[in-house]
Amino acid sequence: MDFLRDPFGFVIQEYTGWLGGLGLPAVWVDIIAKLTGALVLATGAMLFVVFLIWYERKLIGRIQDRFGPNRVGPWGIFQPVADMLKIFTKEYITPIGADKFAYNLAPILAVAAVLLLWSVLPLSVTVVGTDLNVGLLFLVAVGGLGEMSYILAGWGSNNKYALLGAFRLVAQLISYEVPLVLSALVPVMLAGTLSVNGIVQAQESVWFIVAAPAAALIFFIASIAEIGRSPFDLIEAESELVAGYNIEYSGLKFGMFFVAEFLHAFTVSMIFATVFLGGWQGPGAAEIPVLGFVYLMLKTFVVYFVTILFRGTLPRFRIDQMMNLNWKVLTPLSLALIMAMAIVGGLTRELPVFWQVIAFLLVNLLLLGATDQLMRLSQSRKTKSNLPMQPLRKVLTTSTKHGAGE
Amino acid sequence: MNGLQVVFLLAALVSLFSAAMVVSARRMMHAALWLVLTLMGVAVIFVTLQSSFFAVVQVLVYVGAIAILIIFSVMLTRRVMEDHGDQILPGWRAAGLVAGLLFAIIVGFLALWQGFTTMLVELPADADNLLDLGQALVSPQGYALPFELASVLLVAALIGAITIAVDRKEDQHG
Repeated sequence: MDFLRDPFGFVIQEYTGWLGGLGLPAVWVDIIAKLTGALVLATGAMLFVVFLIWYERKLIGRIQDRFGPNRVGPWGIFQPVADMLKIFTKEYITPIGADKFAYNLAPILAVAAVLLLWSVLPLSVTVVGTDLNVGLLFLVAVGGLGEMSYILAGWGSNNKYALLGAFRLVAQLISYEVPLVLSALVPVMLAGTLSVNGIVQAQESVWFIVAAPAAALIFFIASIAEIGRSPFDLIEAESELVAGYNIEYSGLKFGMFFVAEFLHAFTVSMIFATVFLGGWQGPGAAEIPVLGFVYLMLKTFVVYFVTILFRGTLPRFRIDQMMNLNWKVLTPLSLALIMAMAIVGGLTRELPVFWQVIAFLLVNLLLLGATDQLMRLSQSRKTKSNLPMQPLRKVLTTSTKHGAGE
Repeated sequence: MNGLQVVFLLAALVSLFSAAMVVSARRMMHAALWLVLTLMGVAVIFVTLQSSFFAVVQVLVYVGAIAILIIFSVMLTRRVMEDHGDQILPGWRAAGLVAGLLFAIIVGFLALWQGFTTMLVELPADADNLLDLGQALVSPQGYALPFELASVLLVAALIGAITIAVDRKEDQHG
C-alpha cells in the first residue's frame, strides 16, 4: 500500500506496525491504536468545526445579501479562531442553586454524544473506526445520550426558561426519532445489514436515494429536526424561551454546546450521505481509497449546503405544526413505506437489479404523491369549513381549557 | 483475571452501586440520573457478552426513551421533588426478610439451572447473532407467537393512550 493512494490507511498501518515492534502484547497494541485513532478523529472533528462555523456564517451572509465575516484573514476565514480565543477568556458563571454536577456534565456529554457518531462512520474503504454489526442502531442510540445532555443542562441550570427549553427540545427530538428510525429501516432492508459499512457497500450499483427517495426525504427532514435547525428551531425561539436550554451557560461551556450543534449538523449530513448517497462509493474509490474520502466529503457538503439553505430561507414552525407534521404525516408515511418496500422487495426478488430499483422507485413516488394529495385534501377541507379566524380561536380555547399547564 | 473479567467487574460494580443510589438518593431527579447510569452499566454487561444488539437496544430504549420519560414525569411533579422525611420504611425488617427470601429463591433456581454453569464460548468474529435473532423472532418454530402477542399488547397500549389523550370533537366546539 503506497502513501499517495491511501495516506490515512498508510499512516494507520505504519503506526500499528511501529507499536507492534515495541514488544507490547497484541491486545495492548490494539487498545493503544484504537485510543490514538479516537483521539485523532475527535480532535480533527472538533477543529473542523472552526471551518464549519466560518462556512455557515459566510453562506448565510450571502443568502441575506451581506458579506458575512470579512475582516480577519482572507475572506474572514480566521474570524472563528478569533471568536474561539475570545470565548476562552470569558468568565464561567454558575447560577445560584444550580445542580453543579449536572450543570457541568451537560456540555461535555453534548459534545461526546456527537463525537461518538463518528466512531462507526466509514470515511473510506480502509478507514473506519469500528465496523459494528449494529452500526445504524448505534447511531440512533447515541442520540439518546445527546437528549440526556440537554435534560441535564435544562435541569441543572435552575432556571425556568432553561427547563422549558430543554422540555421542548427533548419532546421534539424524541418525536422525530420515530420517523428517523423507521425511514432508516428502508436502507437496512435494501442492504440486508445494520452495519454502516455494509450499507455503503450495498450501494455499489445504485444509491439508495434512487431506490427509496421517500425514505431519504423523511430521513432528511427528521435529521434537520434532530439537529434543531430552522425550520425546527423552536428550541431557541428568543421571543418565547429567551435562548432555550443553554441560557445559563457562559464561556467555554456555552462554546461546547455551540460546537456540538455545528458538528451535529455536519455529522447528520454525513450520515445522510453515507446511508443514502453511497458514502465513499464512486468511480475508482475501491482502488484509490483517498478518492473515497474526497467523494464522501463532497456528498456531505452538498447535503450540508442544503441544510444551510433551509436554515437561511424557511421560517420557524409553530409547535403544533411541528408535531402535526411528525405524527400525522411523516410517521404514517414511513410505516406505509416500510410495508410497501417489503412487499415490493418480496415480489421482485427474482428480477434483475434494474427492474427491482424501478419498482422501488415507482412505489416511493406513488406513496409521496398519495401523501401530497391527502395533505391537499385535508388543507382544503380545513379552509372550507373554517372562517379565517377560527384556527386561532381554537388554539386559545384549548389552551385555556387545559389551564396553565399547557 | 483477563481484561474481559475486569470490564465485567467494573460494569457490575457501577451498576450495583448506582442501583443502590437510585433508592437512597434524596432528590428524585438524582435518583432518575442514577437509574440512567445503572442502565448504561447493564448495556456494558451486554457488550461483554458479545451481544451488541441488546447493548444498543438497551441504550436506545431504556436510556433514550424510558429514562427520559421518567425524568419528564419527575420534572412535572416538581413540588414533591425533595424528600425531607425519613427514608427508612417503618416495616423495613419484614420487607428485608421478604426481599432476602425472594433473592435466595431466585439464586437457588438459577443454581439448579444448567445454563448457570455453562462456560462462555467466544463467538467467531464473523458470526452474526443478529441474523439468528431476527429469524428466530419471525419463524413459527421460534418465537413468532410471543412476538406477535407482544405486538398486539403494545398496539392495545398505544390505542389506549390515544383514547385517553384525544380531544373529543364535541368538546372542541363546546
